[in-house]
Amino acid sequence: MADRGTDRVKRGMAEMQKGGVIMDVVNGEQAKIAEEAGAVAVMALERVPSDIRAAGGVARMADPTIVEEVMNAVSIPVMAKARIGHIVEARVLEALGADYIDESEVLTPADDVYHMDKNEFTVPFVCGCRDLGEALRRIGEGASMLRTKGEPGTGNIVEAVRHMRMVQSQIKKVANMSKDELMTEAKNLGAPYELLLDIQENGKLPVVNFAAGGIATPADAALMMELGADGVFVGSGIFKSENPAKFARSIVEATTHYQDYELIGQLSKDLGTAMKGIEMSTLDPSQRMQDRSE
Amino acid sequence: MVKIGVLALQGAVREHVESLEAPDCEVSVVKRIEQLDELDGLVFPGGESTTMRRLIDKYHFREPLQQFAAAEKPVFGTCAGLILMAEDITGEPEGHLQLMDMEVERNAFGRQRESFETTLSVKGVGDDIEAVFIRAPLIKSVGDEVEILCEYNGEIVAARQNHLLACSYHPELTKDTRFHQYFVQMVRESKEAASTVTAAP
Repeated sequence: MADRGTDRVKRGMAEMQKGGVIMDVVNGEQAKIAEEAGAVAVMALERVPSDIRAAGGVARMADPTIVEEVMNAVSIPVMAKARIGHIVEARVLEALGADYIDESEVLTPADDVYHMDKNEFTVPFVCGCRDLGEALRRIGEGASMLRTKGEPGTGNIVEAVRHMRMVQSQIKKVANMSKDELMTEAKNLGAPYELLLDIQENGKLPVVNFAAGGIATPADAALMMELGADGVFVGSGIFKSENPAKFARSIVEATTHYQDYELIGQLSKDLGTAMKGIEMSTLDPSQRMQDRSE
Repeated sequence: MVKIGVLALQGAVREHVESLEAPDCEVSVVKRIEQLDELDGLVFPGGESTTMRRLIDKYHFREPLQQFAAAEKPVFGTCAGLILMAEDITGEPEGHLQLMDMEVERNAFGRQRESFETTLSVKGVGDDIEAVFIRAPLIKSVGDEVEILCEYNGEIVAARQNHLLACSYHPELTKDTRFHQYFVQMVRESKEAASTVTAAP
């Protein structure tokens, strides 16, 4: 007897990605560069977040042609993004054979109140979070993997750092609570009690948590690993840089050896200009993707 | 006391470290070639084999890993680790480390939605062993020296060639540590045999 789509199968897939880099790509050629550079997976998109930001308007699931082109180009797992709450986009991506779906605030939300019930799917989901309450709500809905939201397409690491530190410090706090404090903490965080119990017992999240949203250099990737990320997503950073192949290889190595500072120094040499980036105070609140869902 | 390392270039390392736990077993996480010298056994974890291969080449790990196996020190690979060990990979010009006489096919069950878990009987290890298959490879054929330990639907999913052990699923994702303890025992026996040889007059 074979059971598909169990928690262990879905969460296990993300466990296999640990210590790796997942790269945004918009076609088969970029996917090949990413695979060649050592990416553990690629995220197939119509546009990278910085271009979504520049284009404005409504951002939707990628054209299935792009997802298929990327799947045909590489042997590593292929992820794709669906709009928050857009059950049909997610079902279409599952039917296409995407290996992981990102229910993502980078796209314009389809539902401004509810996320999808991801337990209903065979394909696993990754979702963004800014704090432990948000992380545990997503796990409660069936997410098998988490990532910080950061602020996508800005090339500015500050929000991803804030979100990672927040989640880590809240995990430590819960792990050190006595059991009788957990129900009130569940109320304060807006998180399922059973998941807080799990964290208190095991001292960690029950799923993998990657860093995403603003990683623009090898040192940024290493910083996020240092802060406790299980791996990193790099979006606009790679294919908006001058030499994507070299840039991608450097980010992969910096993620593996995130405490080897001599190596990261070497990797950071002559990389060309990284993406320009956006300072947070200049970003209009209406343009903040991280605030599109809770 | 035996010392076992888990190759930590990428993948699910912590799970292996936990599954290998035994009173007389010291487990370490291996990121550098010089760490191999002090080990009695080595584990290649699950993860992405293409990523691991790139990092193996980048840090010149290929030859030292081959020498480790050539010294008859036990090596155990799961999923991507099994792919690293294979002599041949279906559809590719050659295998990665080419330690074990077998041909493997990557992603043999299909994409993630086809991933599954089941229970298996593994020769010499036990019955009702929980097995999680994630975008798993299959062993398509094996050489004369390779012993088949387990088949699933008529296809080979676990095998042993003397001091080399490999399976296409992830015992490290379950609480059932029997497969890992089988490997720890292989390492104990190999170390004992080696010390007998050295001690001989």
